[in-house]
Amino acid sequence: MTVYLLRRLIQAAGVVLAMSLLVFLGVYAIGDPVEILISPDADQIERERAIRSLGLDLPLWEQYLVFLGKALQGDLGRSFVFNEPALRLILDRMPATLELAVGATVAAIIIGLPLGLYAGLRPDSAVSKAIMAGSILGFSLPTFWVGLMLIMVFAVQLGWLPSTGRGETVEVLGVRWSFLTWNGLSHMILPAINLSLFKISLVIRLTRAGVREAMLMDYVKFARAKGLSPNRVVFVHVFKNILIPVVTVVGLEFGGTIAFSVVTESIFAWPGMGKLIIDSINVLDRPVMVAYLMVIVLMFVVINLVVDITYTVLDPRVRLEGKA
Amino acid sequence: MAGTAHAAAGALLSALVLAPGGARAQQAALTMAVGAPVTSLDPHYHQLSPNNAAASMIFDRLVNTDHQSRMVPGLATEWRVVEPTVWEFKLRPGVRFHNGQEFTADDVAFTIARVPNVPNSPSSFAIYTRPIREVQVVDPLTIRFRTEMPYPLMPMDMSNLFILDRQTHEGAATEDFNGGRAAVGTGPFRVVSHRNGDRIEFERNDAYWGDRPAFARVNYRMITNDAARTAALLAGDVEFIDQVPTSDLAKLRGDQRVALSEATGMRIIFLGLDHMRTDASPFVTDNNGQPLPRNPLKDVRVRRALSLAIDRHAIVDRVMEGAATPSGQYLPAGIYSHVPGLEAPRADPDAARRLLAEAGYPQGFRIQLNGPNDRYINDSRIIQAVGQMWTRIGVRTAVEAQPWPTFIGRAGRQEFSAFLVGWGSNPEGSHPLRNLSATWDRERGWGASNRGRYSNPELDRMIEQALSELDDAKREKILQDAQRLAMEDVAIIPLHIQTNIWAMRRNLAHTARADELTRAQDVRPAAAATSR
Repeated sequence: MTVYLLRRLIQAAGVVLAMSLLVFLGVYAIGDPVEILISPDADQIERERAIRSLGLDLPLWEQYLVFLGKALQGDLGRSFVFNEPALRLILDRMPATLELAVGATVAAIIIGLPLGLYAGLRPDSAVSKAIMAGSILGFSLPTFWVGLMLIMVFAVQLGWLPSTGRGETVEVLGVRWSFLTWNGLSHMILPAINLSLFKISLVIRLTRAGVREAMLMDYVKFARAKGLSPNRVVFVHVFKNILIPVVTVVGLEFGGTIAFSVVTESIFAWPGMGKLIIDSINVLDRPVMVAYLMVIVLMFVVINLVVDITYTVLDPRVRLEGKA
Repeated sequence: MAGTAHAAAGALLSALVLAPGGARAQQAALTMAVGAPVTSLDPHYHQLSPNNAAASMIFDRLVNTDHQSRMVPGLATEWRVVEPTVWEFKLRPGVRFHNGQEFTADDVAFTIARVPNVPNSPSSFAIYTRPIREVQVVDPLTIRFRTEMPYPLMPMDMSNLFILDRQTHEGAATEDFNGGRAAVGTGPFRVVSHRNGDRIEFERNDAYWGDRPAFARVNYRMITNDAARTAALLAGDVEFIDQVPTSDLAKLRGDQRVALSEATGMRIIFLGLDHMRTDASPFVTDNNGQPLPRNPLKDVRVRRALSLAIDRHAIVDRVMEGAATPSGQYLPAGIYSHVPGLEAPRADPDAARRLLAEAGYPQGFRIQLNGPNDRYINDSRIIQAVGQMWTRIGVRTAVEAQPWPTFIGRAGRQEFSAFLVGWGSNPEGSHPLRNLSATWDRERGWGASNRGRYSNPELDRMIEQALSELDDAKREKILQDAQRLAMEDVAIIPLHIQTNIWAMRRNLAHTARADELTRAQDVRPAAAATSR
């Protein structure tokens, strides 16, 4: 287990390094942050001062080495825009994104699994067909459009829920959470639904496919022949076996939601990391972009690790040392 | 002011009348949403409109500007030239910072010293303090600035600098401001809390020396997505928004719950041309796609033809949904040094074709017009429209729109032949002239945004003359002549000046500002007569 963890960490470090290099080169190729950040009033002397002050006068390789040196000491640089440590900016906004992502993922599991199970066990019923048709909508409607429609219907027309923002928050252990107040929770509902529609559909489809396949397997037939109750057959034998693909996909989706819920966060003015990264890309705020992607890589490594460990719990045949 | 008193009386009346009906009637709090995020509360960190808007709620300047960008007394009550190279500012007595510290001339001296020394600033305010050679505190309420040369722009420069307190802000870093701790000024609002990129909460400074704001508490939110901002207004989550997208204008005008406020802005949208190359220009070819040996854009007849080909009124009506004013010069009417009688050219394709033929291009040529697609209102649609109008006179135009970060870098390296950009002006003709059309000169700091590298020694001479003329009336005359010259020579092709638009719930009224700043002190409850 330790060797396995160590190996994973080394892999992660390699990916982070490659990522930082790519971002550096990419941002360099796109354009000059100073051209975007500088006031149009600035004259040539002020422009040169700004370039020096942001360390952009050095050759690219030297900028990169300076960055690496500082990163090894835990300093990922300061945002050009906010003049604050990039890492702190990101961590400040992480709770907002995390609670949204958790809300969406939990909704996906709570709604998706039962519906998928039902559709898998009774594939020919009208309800199942309706569920499957609905899931196609969940897949294919663009998040952007659905988000705006949710706002139009539930906030503007019906006035049931607030349209945007995060609402009241409660500070717990120095971190602000909004799911602890009714006001905060009501602000969360629409964006969480918007994020979870796709995931619900995904879970429904995976579960249904898994169930339909498992129901034909010998062990299910055997369990039935043994005279086990249908409930026990479904919820113990079938359920456990279909969970592995579901856990894998939900895990990856969870990571994706944290990292790239840019569209939903922009539409709902949700002050999370997705909004930060898109704003930073627009003004070529390189320190934030690099730090963000590094945080994301680490997060995916951790999520994949958790997924792998979950496998061993679900399926005793899986051994961590054997893979990797 | 009488207007404010009226509004306040009206609000009181409507509150009395509506009192049984709703809690909204006598509201003490205002929730507003802006489209561009405030990135820092340090007023000297980043010269950026959204930051300046927030700063002008918290801090004051020596010289404030009114809604039409005219200079009015701020922390200075009067200013004058005592010697050609010395400006004197008399300061307002009895002003206190939010924490009770007294405002004196020493604080001004401290501010001038701090401005060029803000670490990591991506765009500092040092351009406004650089002309000052020496600061002299004459007495606690009098300060003098000595300059190398006579410098007429001193009051305007001072209208860009927010004043800090030496006792409070000595050693304060940008982060201290962002955390709210150092965000202490003399302005009409004090900061209660600040969440970067999300919202700022303000409360009224009841000890403010100027007009008392109408609202005791203000929630200043940032909603960058246009559709979401409009939806938040319609849903009633916010009561006031800025940067209303032109595509929503028709709908909002017809909505009984919403009122709009508009002001002609100071931002001109124009086309820059390649004046630098005499030989082949990168995106100009003959009709067979072969490079032309000479750059046709160097010929003033060609430039005039290109300007005459454009139907500015059509662009304003159809692309901008009316939210702009066609322009034939740098500044809008009503602003100091605007040139009276210099109208936006009327579209005349026939005259344009004749000019092209005269210049030796009876069959026209091909050109590519570049522009951003995410920077100015409807930018990519404007260049498409211009492209069609140019093609109509025989200049076959390809259009390419790019995201701003990519576009602006290339424009700054003179990679384009023709390109669309915008310019937000100060209310003084020398500002656009010196930055956009003066010869590029690093030493003098001229032509920094002259991306087409236009150069006209006669124009430079006039700008220089204006910049040393301390008499406002004489300077205005010189600046008007200079602008006339630049426009006759088609240094740039002006298209239109944007209209700034805000939208609010019907129960509010707003004084629209030419300078695009969105501030809570400009919002008040609507008078009873106009509220529904």
